[in-house]
Amino acid sequence: MSIVSPVPPPEVPGAGVEIRVGPAGPIPGPLRFLGRALRTLWSNRKASIGLVILGLVILVAVFAPLLAPHSPTATTFVPYQNPSATNWFGTTGNGQDVFSQMVYGARISLLVGIAAGAMATLVAVTVGLIAGYRPGVIDELLSFMTNLVLVIPGLPLMFILAAYLQKRSVWTIVFVVAFTSWATGARVIRSQASTLRTREFVTSAVFSGEGLFRVVFREILPNMTSLVAGSFFSAATAAVMAEASLEFLGLGDPNTVSWGTILYYAQQQNSLLTGQWVLVFAPGLAIALLAVSFTLINFGVDALSNPRLREK
Amino acid sequence: MGLRAMRYVARKVVLFLITLWAAITLNFILPRLMPGSPVDAALAKLASSGQPITNAERRAVEIQLGVPHTSVITQYWDYWTSIVHLNFGTSYSFPSETVAQTIGKAAPWTLALVGVTTIFAFIIGTLLGVYAGWRRGKAADTSVTLGATFFAAFPPFWLGLLLLYVFAFTYGWFPIKGGYNPGETPNLSLSFLTSAVYHSVIPALTLAITSLSGWVFGMRNNMINTLGEDYVTFAEANGLRTRTVALLYAARNALLPNVTAFGLSLGAVVGGSVLVEGVFSYPGLGNLLYIAVVNHDFPLMQALFLVITVAMLVAIFIVDLLYVRLDPRVRQ
Repeated sequence: MSIVSPVPPPEVPGAGVEIRVGPAGPIPGPLRFLGRALRTLWSNRKASIGLVILGLVILVAVFAPLLAPHSPTATTFVPYQNPSATNWFGTTGNGQDVFSQMVYGARISLLVGIAAGAMATLVAVTVGLIAGYRPGVIDELLSFMTNLVLVIPGLPLMFILAAYLQKRSVWTIVFVVAFTSWATGARVIRSQASTLRTREFVTSAVFSGEGLFRVVFREILPNMTSLVAGSFFSAATAAVMAEASLEFLGLGDPNTVSWGTILYYAQQQNSLLTGQWVLVFAPGLAIALLAVSFTLINFGVDALSNPRLREK
Repeated sequence: MGLRAMRYVARKVVLFLITLWAAITLNFILPRLMPGSPVDAALAKLASSGQPITNAERRAVEIQLGVPHTSVITQYWDYWTSIVHLNFGTSYSFPSETVAQTIGKAAPWTLALVGVTTIFAFIIGTLLGVYAGWRRGKAADTSVTLGATFFAAFPPFWLGLLLLYVFAFTYGWFPIKGGYNPGETPNLSLSFLTSAVYHSVIPALTLAITSLSGWVFGMRNNMINTLGEDYVTFAEANGLRTRTVALLYAARNALLPNVTAFGLSLGAVVGGSVLVEGVFSYPGLGNLLYIAVVNHDFPLMQALFLVITVAMLVAIFIVDLLYVRLDPRVRQ
């Protein structure tokens, strides 16, 4: 009986990559973790498309002053112009360059998406972890609150909140969106926390005398990184869309330059009737692309937490 | 109905009532928590509409949005009394009728538009999801998932504007705005109904396209999880036809969680319909909320939010009750 030549073990994405800790100094833990997460996501085809789109938007936002040919607020052009060599996307009714506005608008949309996503995730993680780890009255109460926010129609609630808040800024939108979109994440994290609570490693951590805070954040939380990331990306998607809706309604700060306010002014100035469809088409497409990138990345994250959804 | 089913129904009824109470109370708390005084803003707006403000109107606004000089408990009691009597005060966007009348006139439009759209999106989306789940990893799956991802990312009002531009402005195939021919008054005649259906085509298409993806993803993921179950493998091993296994074994069981999602996604459609109806000036609740928010018409806004929330809760409650019929495990 001959010995079968050894078959190389199957490639595990991300596993073969060495993490080099050079003499220049060790890479800090969180950064190394982020790098590994990115590499794992990159191995998922859908997520990699999402990462490319997101990367492009980030680049545009960072280098906006270099990319935009004009100032986004200067009202120095002939109003209501169709696309031309100087104004690639035409001009608004106030004589602003739409292309420059699109470039600068990336900043606000990214900011709102990431900030609101992070805030919503923070609430979701806190509520979900406490509810999952503390069964009984606290769990019932927090779960009821979660379900309440879940069944109340989110967009109308956002409109009402934003309409009552009379001082408008980008942060109003961030706050309103975060307030209304944490519930889905909280529910998922709660159910995961409540299953992890009964596992041996948690029990032994409790018996070894670890405090509540340490058990929840150092033992349980690291086991649901993908759920936390998932809830961040879905909240960020919702935030980007909600920002556009709120600003389109005129509930944003009309003085900021964002994709939502371009749409708002386009609607106010009847751009479709005058044939300036680019003013509507471009910002909406940009919003859709950013939302798509978050969703695509989320596919990769989903596949991490549920092996059945993984691509072969 | 067995004991278990009865306990299930009782639990759902209690939960429904508590949620209803909490939602209505939230509607009471929100304007009172807000910085500035919504009452003053509302009264100033009402005065600027040229109508003289009667004491009754002032009182109605105060009951809804909060008065500084009475106790919160009295305010809360007054608030409930006004809700039970459907007394939501006067809106300054439509000063000639009560808020209840305005909402009553708009409700059937939204019910028809959102109802029909949701049913269509549910059927088509679920079927696509079953197909994508069954052909997991194949080209068909990838194209369905990617397509659905893109459609889901379109802001509904934006898609509405684009469809409006192409089909109404450019080609003139469909009307630009409204819910029926301007000359007609709402009645049940054939000519009116045809004009209503004709006007609803693009708004319905917009809502259907943007809400389709939720069903596709939900069903696809459920399918994939169900397909990993032993009974599906067993059915396949028995040599049953592929379609039988896909539809009768996997899809039937994968459908259950998607039915629960029905109630929740209704909220998304209602939310999306606010701006879509606004874009099309469709005579429904969404357009009313659009008008109310743009004009800071707080009485109308608050009443609409209440109506929309209660409608949602009722829809979810009905789905929960239907579950008794759908899931035999509850019934035993």
